[in-house]
Amino acid sequence: MSKKKGMSLQKKHSMTGWIFLTPAVILIAVMSFYPMIRAFILSFQTGIGANTKFDGLANYKAMLTDQVFLKSIGNTFLYLLIQVPVMLVMALILASILNNKDLKFKGLFRTMIFLPCATSLVAYALIFRCLFANDGLVNHLFVSLGILDSPYSFLTNAFSAKVIIILALLWRWTGYNMVFYLSGLQNIEYSIYEAARIDGASPIQTFFKITIPLLKPTILLTAIMSTNGTLQLFDESVNLTGGGPANSTITMSHYIYNVSFKYMPKFGFAAAMSFFILILVAILALVQLKVGDKRD
Amino acid sequence: MTRRIKNIIMYGFLIIVSFFSVFPLYWMVSAATNKSVDVINGKLIPGAYLLENIKCLWGNQDVTAAFMNSVKYSALLTLVSLLICSLAGYGFEIYHDKGKDLVMSIILMAMMVPFVATLIPLFQMVSKWGLLNSTLGFVLPSISTPFLIMMFRQSARSFPHDIIEAARIDGLSETRIFFQMFFPTMRSTYAAAMTITFMNAWNSYLWPKVIMTTAESITMPMVVSNLVQGYVTDYGMLMCAVLICTLPTAIVFFVLQKSFAEGITGAVK
Repeated sequence: MSKKKGMSLQKKHSMTGWIFLTPAVILIAVMSFYPMIRAFILSFQTGIGANTKFDGLANYKAMLTDQVFLKSIGNTFLYLLIQVPVMLVMALILASILNNKDLKFKGLFRTMIFLPCATSLVAYALIFRCLFANDGLVNHLFVSLGILDSPYSFLTNAFSAKVIIILALLWRWTGYNMVFYLSGLQNIEYSIYEAARIDGASPIQTFFKITIPLLKPTILLTAIMSTNGTLQLFDESVNLTGGGPANSTITMSHYIYNVSFKYMPKFGFAAAMSFFILILVAILALVQLKVGDKRD
Repeated sequence: MTRRIKNIIMYGFLIIVSFFSVFPLYWMVSAATNKSVDVINGKLIPGAYLLENIKCLWGNQDVTAAFMNSVKYSALLTLVSLLICSLAGYGFEIYHDKGKDLVMSIILMAMMVPFVATLIPLFQMVSKWGLLNSTLGFVLPSISTPFLIMMFRQSARSFPHDIIEAARIDGLSETRIFFQMFFPTMRSTYAAAMTITFMNAWNSYLWPKVIMTTAESITMPMVVSNLVQGYVTDYGMLMCAVLICTLPTAIVFFVLQKSFAEGITGAVK
């Protein structure tokens, strides 16, 4: 495109816009879309390391009979179905309590509940690992209070290990989502709440009839972000439980990492699995958008 | 009377949630300042063993190098990312037309691409370009994110067009309008974007674990994670490392907390 002197002002401004957004767009194309296409091609190749050949749908077939992969899907969905709804409901309740104008120590409560977000993911995973270790604080407390006779190994039991991962996730992310809701609530005129109170609406009615409908876009945003984040869980699985015992807490991302970088690098197989996650994320996001768009 | 009961329930609930939110962090600080034996015995009061734990930690891992690496990678990523994404968000909104809106909706699709889905090709690309173990290799995949572009596009929507028109009449170039008008006005959006980007960069674990293969290039979360590879865990030393790894994000969080909330408010409007 030549820089003609006679270019109209509007065209010139449009050009400036393109120049402003080009670096970001090129980076996303090269660092996100191109690798995605490469992963798609790779998912049809089998072999180890650099020795690969095209093998049709072999990886996808192998994927569906791979016990660990199926287990990792099950685990990830368990985290998704239990943790995300509980967390979002908790965050909503906390946000609507903290939005109350008469509440004392509002800032203090908000800061304390948001504080877990300041920790790094690896760091909080290790804090929880230590708290629930055999010689950790929780066991120490339970034994000295007489609740348990001897230390219980929370992290080597398939059920309790899952519960602890869910607890840890709730701890880390509830405050984060709460801040989004608090911000959303600030955009709602407080007079609406006052009018509702004068009309004799109970706090629970106000919550369901005013707060939730008006926060719908924010709820949708947090639901999509949390779903996306949960489907990609990695740090917690690696550092809190190591995926164990016997892969009972392993997540999809953790297994893909293991297949690609820990053992023999089976890139094609890993790419097939990661493409599967991509499709899952897309489907779930579409479903949520559809549900969120419905007007009642 | 009912009002009092309601208050008791409300404050009680908030106090319990706050307690559980803060307690693990308090325990981290307390464990970092105590001997491992005392931590195991359930000591919950901060002790005077911090320096010993620090000495022990530094003897075990090259914490200085890892910390400096993390600072370098995260600071650079945050700076470049904010510049590129805010320019793009501004460009998409202020000069919007059909073509740009279409490009934007394609960009938003990238938001649904999970990082693992691109992990292997990205690793192959970065290693082919000779960027393993380098700062550039760390930052390249996460400089431009649809989330940040969307955030800045949203905030540019509230930037008054009159200011732009007035500045144009005064003869300011488009680039100078962006840097001298938009940038100072949108300080809280930048603060929120900075908090999010810095925290993500500092916390990122999967990507550095894949591309940082030498001891000289590893990051702080990797060091912390390496400490638990052995059989015996020294709780005091481990929590000391966890504390050091948490400090920078905690500081950023406290300094920018207020503008973070304001920036998010602008973005979710």
